Amino acid sequence: MSTTTESQIPLTPKQIESFGEELDAIRQRVLADRGESDANYIRKVIRAQRGLEVAGRGLLWAGVFPPAWIAGTAALSLSKILDNMEIGHNVMHGQYDWMNDPALSGKQFEWDNACPADQWRHSHNYMHHTHTNIVGKDRDIGYGVLRMSEDQQWRPYYLGNPVYATLLAMFFQYGVALHDLEVERLTSGEAKLADKRKLISGIWKKVRRQTLKDYVIFPALSGPFFLFPLAGNATANLVRNVWSFTIIFCGHFPEGTHEFTEEETENESRGEWYYRQLLGSANLSGSRPFHILSGNLSFQIEHHLFPDLPANRYAEISTEVREICERYGIPYNVGPLGKQFGSVVKKICRLALPDRKRPVDQLPVAEQSGEKERLPVAA
Amino acid sequence: MSSTATVAAPSRRRGAPARRLFDAIAGPHGLDRYLEQINPTFVIGECRAEVIAVEHGSEDSVTLTLRANRAWEGIRAGQFVQVAVEIDGVRRSRCYSPASPEGSGRDLEITVKRHSDGLVSNFLVDQARPGMVLGLSQADGDFHLPDVRPDSILLIGGGSGITPLMAILRTLCAERHPGKIALIQYAPDPGRAIYREELERLAAGNPNFTLTRSYTRAPGVGELDGHFSPTHLPQADPCFTAAETFACGPPALLDAVRGTWTNGLEQRLHVENFVPPSLLPLGEPGTGSIRFAGSDLEVENSGASILEQAEQAGVPAQSGCRMGICHTCTCRKLSGSVKNLLTGEVSATSEEEIQLCVSAPLSDLVIDL
Repeated sequence: MSTTTESQIPLTPKQIESFGEELDAIRQRVLADRGESDANYIRKVIRAQRGLEVAGRGLLWAGVFPPAWIAGTAALSLSKILDNMEIGHNVMHGQYDWMNDPALSGKQFEWDNACPADQWRHSHNYMHHTHTNIVGKDRDIGYGVLRMSEDQQWRPYYLGNPVYATLLAMFFQYGVALHDLEVERLTSGEAKLADKRKLISGIWKKVRRQTLKDYVIFPALSGPFFLFPLAGNATANLVRNVWSFTIIFCGHFPEGTHEFTEEETENESRGEWYYRQLLGSANLSGSRPFHILSGNLSFQIEHHLFPDLPANRYAEISTEVREICERYGIPYNVGPLGKQFGSVVKKICRLALPDRKRPVDQLPVAEQSGEKERLPVAA
Repeated sequence: MSSTATVAAPSRRRGAPARRLFDAIAGPHGLDRYLEQINPTFVIGECRAEVIAVEHGSEDSVTLTLRANRAWEGIRAGQFVQVAVEIDGVRRSRCYSPASPEGSGRDLEITVKRHSDGLVSNFLVDQARPGMVLGLSQADGDFHLPDVRPDSILLIGGGSGITPLMAILRTLCAERHPGKIALIQYAPDPGRAIYREELERLAAGNPNFTLTRSYTRAPGVGELDGHFSPTHLPQADPCFTAAETFACGPPALLDAVRGTWTNGLEQRLHVENFVPPSLLPLGEPGTGSIRFAGSDLEVENSGASILEQAEQAGVPAQSGCRMGICHTCTCRKLSGSVKNLLTGEVSATSEEEIQLCVSAPLSDLVIDL
């Protein structure tokens, strides 16, 4: 759990139950209300993404002309951001399964990203969303390379925390692609390479296809000017990587969000599950275009409470969720991008160093995932 | 029209090298996801159709002429297709038997009869307009005119069950089929007898075609009265026992017909079931059976979630959170009704994605697993 706030549930079992029921009621209402406007919304976003992609590729084909390169790179960056965030992430959550349209089926959708969709569905939809912020279970805490919680035992390796974070941001799609592979468990000997053959071949196939498209086929279409689309495609991938890293890290790691231990979350009720999702997530305030480009992950709290509701609904339900939180005295963490990301950067740097308030040598060596040791709470 | 054949024909991909290059360029979404932005019928890997004519024939029904896109592989007279429409954001599929003759190219004629609480039929009767694009499956079903045309053919149709018979009749008339053709049409009254005028024209123009009508609610108006009875047969076709017989209509009509074609006559009888989806029986939880189509396993419904029952049966079901949030276990239901235990929502139409971990069976089920 986090160093800043006590995560003991301050509500009585009765209160936590009625808190869960109030959130269930919101979910039921939106489920019953899904319809044409949600269908039109996601199709409009898809149309915009396809248009931006075709325009971006077309302009980059003529990327030898600087204005075309700049406009093409911008359009392709936006296209990749929309594809991964508002479309891919949300469709793969099954948010539009109710439409019964094979092109929007969560099980069949594939995105413009190095990570194979089926592996993403496992590591994200199941592992991360079910075990949100449980240290040792939710591998989104640091992606197996960063120290993002005091509950992760400090080692000299973590002195490089800011460097690793920068590299992860730049190559985020590959970080995500390797996510389900659990590389750190392979190197520690906990998992065997032989068991991961299928995952590796899936990743290899997807990375090869993505690489072929962005770095071979499209540049080749420009003939002698191949360097321009090549550089444009690389820039667009970089922009998308840094953007999605920023949004995702602002979802769970700004100051005030909580982590949990496995013991704390054993035999959770539905109300307690909601409560953990709330304490573990943080929102970003901003304009409507900002919310769309963030894939509505700027409403990370609402997304974690209701991961399969159409994301365009999060804005309208956020006022209700906030009101409920106020009534039950549960903190609702929201702030502008600059402030939230600033606090994430601070945390990344602070956790690079050993914790000042507790002597390192007293702590048991329990570095691997699955760490059970409950650490003392700093004031 | 068959209640059993509800599986959509898989989209067929043609593996030309040029297509593979386009797929690599258009990956991961595929070329069709870009082509459809220009025009929804431009897709190559999937059948779709544009409504090109709308005609309100009899009361409570509409006849649509659909033009399929180039993915269409053709149809044999009597077969059915699935037509998909989107109503309030949800794609709904229904089976229809086109009435158009073989050799109509990419044009298909379907007649939709309004059912009082039929979502799709009401939508199409009220809303269908030229230019509207509908989802379409490839043609399917064993109920069709044989390649070697029989010498003597008897057609028995009730209500909108006339449509596949119309395809057969029109095909035979267009071919100037020399054999004998007889048709008995059952309808409540002449106003609700689909294709009445065209049938009369065909009967007048083809001496080897005999048309017999029986109106169940307008006695004395047709050649016969009332619902199907074996006594109707000699008048419509004196040597009906020698005819290859095709029957399509409501269950009561087909049961009566089956009861007559016995003692070896069964071989000459071809029947197409017609059960509107809204009439599927809703069983009580704890009854019926679940069939896992991909694993070819069938279990008695224990009343537990479908995921638990699949796991108990040893069916390789994927699963995750087991609380209805992660959609790992989402699977296609091919037929039957289920209740979502989280939302209380009942899914009664065939071909819908359901979350196995929070769904319980309400009737016999077929799951694509």
